[in-house]
Amino acid sequence: MTSSSSSERRSFERAQRRRSTLIAAASTTAVLAAVIFLVPRMPRWDRVKKSFFDIDQASDSFPRLVDAFWLDVKIFVWTVPAIFIVGLLIAIARNTRTPALFPLRALAATYTDIMRGIPVILWIYLVGFGVPGLGLERPYNSPLLWGSVALAMTYSGYVAEVFRAGIDSVHEGQRAAARSLGLSSTQTMRFVVLPQAIRRVVPPLLNDLVSLQKDVALVSLIGPIEILRQAGIDKAKFANFTPYVVAALIFLSVTIPLTRLTDYLLSRERRRTSGTRVA
Amino acid sequence: MTQSSAVSQGTQPKVRIANVSKSFGASQVLRDISLDVSAGEVVSLIGASGSGKTTLLRCVNLLEPIDDGAILLDGDEISSVGRDPNPVRRRVGIVFQSFNLFPHMSVSRNITLALSKVLGQSGEEALERAAELLKRFGLAEKADVYPDQLSGGQQQRVAIIRALAMRPEVLLLDEITSALDPELVGEVLDVVRELKGSGITLLIATHEMGFAREISDRVCFLHTGTVAEIGTPSQVFSSPNDERTRQFLRRVMN
Repeated sequence: MTSSSSSERRSFERAQRRRSTLIAAASTTAVLAAVIFLVPRMPRWDRVKKSFFDIDQASDSFPRLVDAFWLDVKIFVWTVPAIFIVGLLIAIARNTRTPALFPLRALAATYTDIMRGIPVILWIYLVGFGVPGLGLERPYNSPLLWGSVALAMTYSGYVAEVFRAGIDSVHEGQRAAARSLGLSSTQTMRFVVLPQAIRRVVPPLLNDLVSLQKDVALVSLIGPIEILRQAGIDKAKFANFTPYVVAALIFLSVTIPLTRLTDYLLSRERRRTSGTRVA
Repeated sequence: MTQSSAVSQGTQPKVRIANVSKSFGASQVLRDISLDVSAGEVVSLIGASGSGKTTLLRCVNLLEPIDDGAILLDGDEISSVGRDPNPVRRRVGIVFQSFNLFPHMSVSRNITLALSKVLGQSGEEALERAAELLKRFGLAEKADVYPDQLSGGQQQRVAIIRALAMRPEVLLLDEITSALDPELVGEVLDVVRELKGSGITLLIATHEMGFAREISDRVCFLHTGTVAEIGTPSQVFSSPNDERTRQFLRRVMN
């Protein structure tokens, strides 16, 4: 057999690529066409259209919903640092090796077990109503505050596990090398293990941020008027579900870019750490 | 301790390994092993995989706690329970088979990290020391490069430099050429050749018999966690006394 020339190979690969693009485009078009063609033919489409996709209702609710969404953004922004700091501390506590620190390890393990074992909504109810119920003074009795705290606690449990996986993924030889040079275990963690661990877990951490961004809406269940609750108010007032659809679109406008960024970082990390891709 | 009465300051070994035992779970890796190494001496440890070479070196650097016996540095028992290992590790360096360079740091930062964090040197002082050693071993132009851009041989040379930068009195070399492509072995061994005679005490675990023969003052054959034979290279390699040494050498030389 003679080997095919490189130009022949290139044109073959081009044809292959063109073919897969065509297949993808055709199948997408077919699905879209089916939806556009079939859904309006459903018996109650007219009513659904009016109560979920009412343009006038949407433009009326939109400014109120965007306003309310700011509260979601704020809750998100102040819980994220708390989640990362607590999560990292818990992960480090679980990674201590001194026998004397066993109680600390046990405490950290219990914390992650409990936080990951209770549904977020339940925990928000318990902390958000329970703690203010102790009779704290304003402003420390706000359900908004304690709801955010509950959310941060739950997520720090998940984030702690992500950090722990990152720490465990750093090869034992790295610690051995650092310790053999005389670095203390704290210095080894800080200068050698954590920088490598954190770099590796950035993509899964962003994944958790995407889901946090959505779960912020759960805080509304104990009172604060954020976007989900505002949409509920509008729905009740106008007897129309369109505000919910608008709220969903507002969420998507934030979560989709965040998800794409996560995917991009994930694939970059994969490219960096593994060899060539198999087609 | 047993040694202090008999040994005077002048003839005291740099490193004394006295009746050391070490087990990992059910498998005993070191069995009542004893070995003295004088200051400035080069001693090679040879023996089959699993004979305890690596574990012995890791014990001397206190990376593994020993179960029984004692390890002394200049007559000072460093292996006692509860003793802070960090001051000892400043004096006893180790280089690993798998290099273990820090991948997130440049070559130069790999070398200066411990200088600044452990020895408390200023950034400038540490960088100067790194530059001087990199130049001496022909790696000056690699100072700002990251480890994954280096060949295995270059990485191992940087790992040796990283250990040397601390000015250790004893350097432990743990099969430092075993993970290298054959054509890269020479450049790493050249570094070790240059160290001999510089006053540093070298304890080398190796599979390179030719190299062990050439560089060592004494060669020590380990078998199932104990010293089966020890002597000058020509004695051990040319006329081994122990039948197990003969068998081992026959296997590895062919």
